[in-house]
Amino acid sequence: MRKTSSPRIAPSEITPRDLYHDRRRFMQAAAGAAAAALWPHWLSAGEKLPGVRKTDHVLPDALTPFEDVAHYNNFYEFGTDKETPSRTAGSLKTRPWTVSVEGEVQKPKLFDVDDLLKLAPLEERIYRLRCVEGWSMVVPWVGFPLAELIKRVEPTGNAKFVEFITLYDPARMPGQKSSVLDWPYREALRLDEAMHPLTLLVFGLYGEVLPNQNGAPVRVVVPWKYGFKSAKSIVRIRFVEQQPVSTWTRAVPSEYGFYANVNPQVDHPRWSQAKERRLGEFFKRPTLMFNGYAEQVAHLYAGMDLKKFF
Amino acid sequence: MFVAALIPLARLAAGAALGTLGANPIEKIIRTTGYWTLSFLLITLAVTPLRIVLKLPRLVRLRRMLGLFAFFYGLLHFTGYVVLDQFFDWPAILKDIAKRPFITVGFPSFVLLIPLAVTSTDAMVRRLGGKCWRRLHRLVYVSAIGGVIHYLWLVKKDISDPLRFTVLLTALLGFRAIVLLRRRARGSNSTVLSDRREAG
Repeated sequence: MRKTSSPRIAPSEITPRDLYHDRRRFMQAAAGAAAAALWPHWLSAGEKLPGVRKTDHVLPDALTPFEDVAHYNNFYEFGTDKETPSRTAGSLKTRPWTVSVEGEVQKPKLFDVDDLLKLAPLEERIYRLRCVEGWSMVVPWVGFPLAELIKRVEPTGNAKFVEFITLYDPARMPGQKSSVLDWPYREALRLDEAMHPLTLLVFGLYGEVLPNQNGAPVRVVVPWKYGFKSAKSIVRIRFVEQQPVSTWTRAVPSEYGFYANVNPQVDHPRWSQAKERRLGEFFKRPTLMFNGYAEQVAHLYAGMDLKKFF
Repeated sequence: MFVAALIPLARLAAGAALGTLGANPIEKIIRTTGYWTLSFLLITLAVTPLRIVLKLPRLVRLRRMLGLFAFFYGLLHFTGYVVLDQFFDWPAILKDIAKRPFITVGFPSFVLLIPLAVTSTDAMVRRLGGKCWRRLHRLVYVSAIGGVIHYLWLVKKDISDPLRFTVLLTALLGFRAIVLLRRRARGSNSTVLSDRREAG
């Protein structure tokens, strides 16, 4: 975590990232798995998450540098431009933190985030992230499939949708002092979308605990949908029968639909979605259907008019 | 004044050279030049009210330079969009102009500034004649209104910045409306009229 109050450090004194990681890898290997199991204290942003498995969820695309992932954020709870959240999100204390899983489930439960973290093995997955505004990045997330959590709370037959609710606390989230959106932030998925193996419950990126401005301590990542569908800093997960109204849909219904699947053929009313600018690249690249995940997810929308259900 | 007006450009150039424009430098360049286009348009439109209120007729000498700076930043903004954002993808640009309302209104707002810049020289003022020149240059009102709408329609939800421009522009145009109404009420020989004539 960068703190604004920390003393200035000459660039020459900063350990190069690779060396720093090598050292960390060495320390981890030396400490062994036992240390990981003990977790002597609360994890904070920037700390290495222990026991993360590599997966075959990799991409030929180059990763977006950590600096860009952590300094170009749409997180209105901390300010409405992209740079502000990285400066102001230090006010968010992420421990203690609980996530209430409730609604149409057999086993509702209030999870401490550190217990939630240990519910299933953490894995690293490299996903594309496409924002509805026409830019994209490639991020190595750390988490596990949301389905792991959903299975454990046993949804009832009435559970058709899963709603995610972000923390509401203007003291810790200064952007909430403005009424630019209807707080708290709400997003939702159909149950089958939430259960899809690509849908992740995320605790970290680049092998480390999530920076606050990226949605710490726990968020979802739904890689085939526009970024705003992936709720951050979640405190409640509700299983419901009726389709919830998402925050952005409530704000501007004609521009932000419930599904918000990445789709180059369906323009946003105010801009084209045919292409995107990958951060760090000069030329725009064509946007892929379902953000390149069509093979895995297209069947979820078979027979649906995606122009109508945008 | 001339040097001060170049500071935003100098800061952008320095940022680009040092790589400090953030994760999306192209967006930053286009946003910043757009912001200063609108700012200089409003500053230019503030000259006439200020010189009337402050009784400083000499201020009008600054107006041409300020207006040309509005055009200059507008040109950078438009070039930034065509070259950096779209890289001369003309079909995509035409589609944008046709389909994206904020560009539909922004594009002509910029184009309207071109004849004003071209006719800004003393020689052109003489060639056109004062009356014709003044009429032509009233297009700046259309361009400024279009520019502010362009900004309002671009923003997703937090319209506080474009609203500031809207309020300022409304005040500047409102001042002129009041002057115009007074002039009509007083008849054609009032001092306000001669001010207006000179102001154009």
